[in-house]
Amino acid sequence: MKKITIHPVSRIEGHAKITIHLDGEGQVTGTQFHVTQIRGFEKFTEGRPYYEMPSITARICGICPVSHLLASVKACDGIMAVRIPPAAAMLRELLHCAQFVQSHALSFFHLSAPDLLLGMDYDPAKRNVAGLLEEHPDALRDGIALRKFGQQVIERLARERVHPSWTVPGGVNAPLDPHAHEKTLAELPAAQAIVRRTIELWKKTLDQFPNEISTFSNFPTLYAGLVGPDGSLRLYDGNLRFVGPEGRMVADQVRPEDYSAHIGEAAMADSYLKAPYYKPTGYPEGIYRVGPLARLNAADRCGTPEADKELEEYRQRFGRIVQSGFHYHYARLIETTYALERMKQLLDDPAILSKKVRATAGVNSPEGVGIIEAPRGVLIHHYKVNDDGAMVWSNLIVATGHNNLAISRGVEQVAKRFVNGRKLEEGALNRVSALVRAYDPCLSCSTHALGMVPVKLSLVGPGGELLDEKATD
Amino acid sequence: MEKLRLGTCWLDGCSGCHMSLLDVDEGLVAVLKKADIVFGPLVDAQEWPEGVDVALVEGAVSSQDDLKLAQTIRQRSKVVVALGDCAVTSNVPSMRNGIPTRKLLERVYVEGVDEKPGVPTDGVPPLLKHAVPLHDAIKVDVHVPGCPPKPNAILFALSELLEGRKPDLGSKLRFG
Repeated sequence: MKKITIHPVSRIEGHAKITIHLDGEGQVTGTQFHVTQIRGFEKFTEGRPYYEMPSITARICGICPVSHLLASVKACDGIMAVRIPPAAAMLRELLHCAQFVQSHALSFFHLSAPDLLLGMDYDPAKRNVAGLLEEHPDALRDGIALRKFGQQVIERLARERVHPSWTVPGGVNAPLDPHAHEKTLAELPAAQAIVRRTIELWKKTLDQFPNEISTFSNFPTLYAGLVGPDGSLRLYDGNLRFVGPEGRMVADQVRPEDYSAHIGEAAMADSYLKAPYYKPTGYPEGIYRVGPLARLNAADRCGTPEADKELEEYRQRFGRIVQSGFHYHYARLIETTYALERMKQLLDDPAILSKKVRATAGVNSPEGVGIIEAPRGVLIHHYKVNDDGAMVWSNLIVATGHNNLAISRGVEQVAKRFVNGRKLEEGALNRVSALVRAYDPCLSCSTHALGMVPVKLSLVGPGGELLDEKATD
Repeated sequence: MEKLRLGTCWLDGCSGCHMSLLDVDEGLVAVLKKADIVFGPLVDAQEWPEGVDVALVEGAVSSQDDLKLAQTIRQRSKVVVALGDCAVTSNVPSMRNGIPTRKLLERVYVEGVDEKPGVPTDGVPPLLKHAVPLHDAIKVDVHVPGCPPKPNAILFALSELLEGRKPDLGSKLRFG
């Protein structure tokens, strides 16, 4: 007959709050995942010139500003109706791979490693980077070094680590500096060595979490991701694919401009984060997931040798379709391997040094759609402009939004397994938060509309009365 | 030497200032040796604790939750730093200020959906009429502008504050 509130959900990128409802016996009857920030980018950008959109929408998120910059400039390429020079596309992809490395490093090391290496029940006052520094200093240093590598590549290419202005409609505004080219190639092996060590460590560690593996959003959903013409993983450019829980092809090679035939959005009464769903199936049955786990389920292969070897081992262990949300962590490490290999491929191609990196044009189409894979999953920017290039309408669907239904149901699954209202344990509440962390939700992204996601646990009676509130401290 | 108590939080912003804080790279280890992080996105505390020495606040004050947290931070912290342009000027979050909040919310949750139109109200904080800079809500001791502020500016400000001095940011500052 109670409600527990976790507020805020900690070690996530944004503001969320969780409400857990209990019956008279202290059994969990239901949960709510609230995202509590909203900013209204779609509304307040009306009337602004479309070419301002990259700089404005980058401010949706400081963790993956490159994702918004790229989705935005791709939508702008569509409005200009240009095909950007090949070197510009390569440089954008290189920048994007660097972002994958830094963002995945942040998620794995800075945010989740305290749970994964110190333990879910570890002293909450030290279950953070400071505890890692004491107990696993090498892992923390690896995490800092890997994130730094990604951020430095971004800085070298785009001049700034956060909110750079190098990516522009039509391409990028400066070619690759040969010095940056050499330096990045020279530093790649050290970054790859970190990822290899970390994957080996994780393969040995993950068996310690059988209960988490069996309950962290361990239910069938659809999975969505971008793939190339040959069905391999794509991060910067590709078409959408949806696969079913057993790997059945649900929709393949969906062009970006056709996204709205496949993705619908529903408002939720208890969250500022809307809930996208697979439109042909309807709401809420059309639940699907995006991000590392979903991308590796959707793609046939990564397309680079080392990542494909890791992917094969992962699939041998957990199946062709991996269902448990706990394995987002493992999938994230495999993708980091891919991103580093892909960077090497791009840098080894002399075409990347071309000085032709920008197409110029005016408004040639009233509409543009840009889709990329952000580190957390599919990101869609859709703009409409008038003849003068002023924005008249936009729609932004962000990675964490797609996962909203799966996170919400996962929270309930974990709470039902671990939380007992008669004896509230911090470690149980931490597991509820850890489920959210596995998705690496970016709540500043997801609440571009207007808000943030704090997590708060409240105990509510059967009549809806608030009986108790508890934060996860 | 007793470690200082450092709290960080982000209100209505994008987390870019926190990323710039992490962009001090190995400098983070040095900070962890001098200070305990007692609140913030990197640690598990649920409530802003008493007796915080230095508070770094990113973001504008935009919702009732933001306002409440800002007031708690002020009561429980010795030095409050407005970190980045959103906290200093309200920046991008204030771009909504010319639009009535009801219109903004309806554009997103009524016009902008295919199913279940309706503005969320259950368990989510109401928006303030305007997103405002931090110093409109509480007294601020130090302003560090930038979108985001450069990592070296943050590290310098933090190091000075952890030594008990008020930082003279001078040439390290810039907006945008």
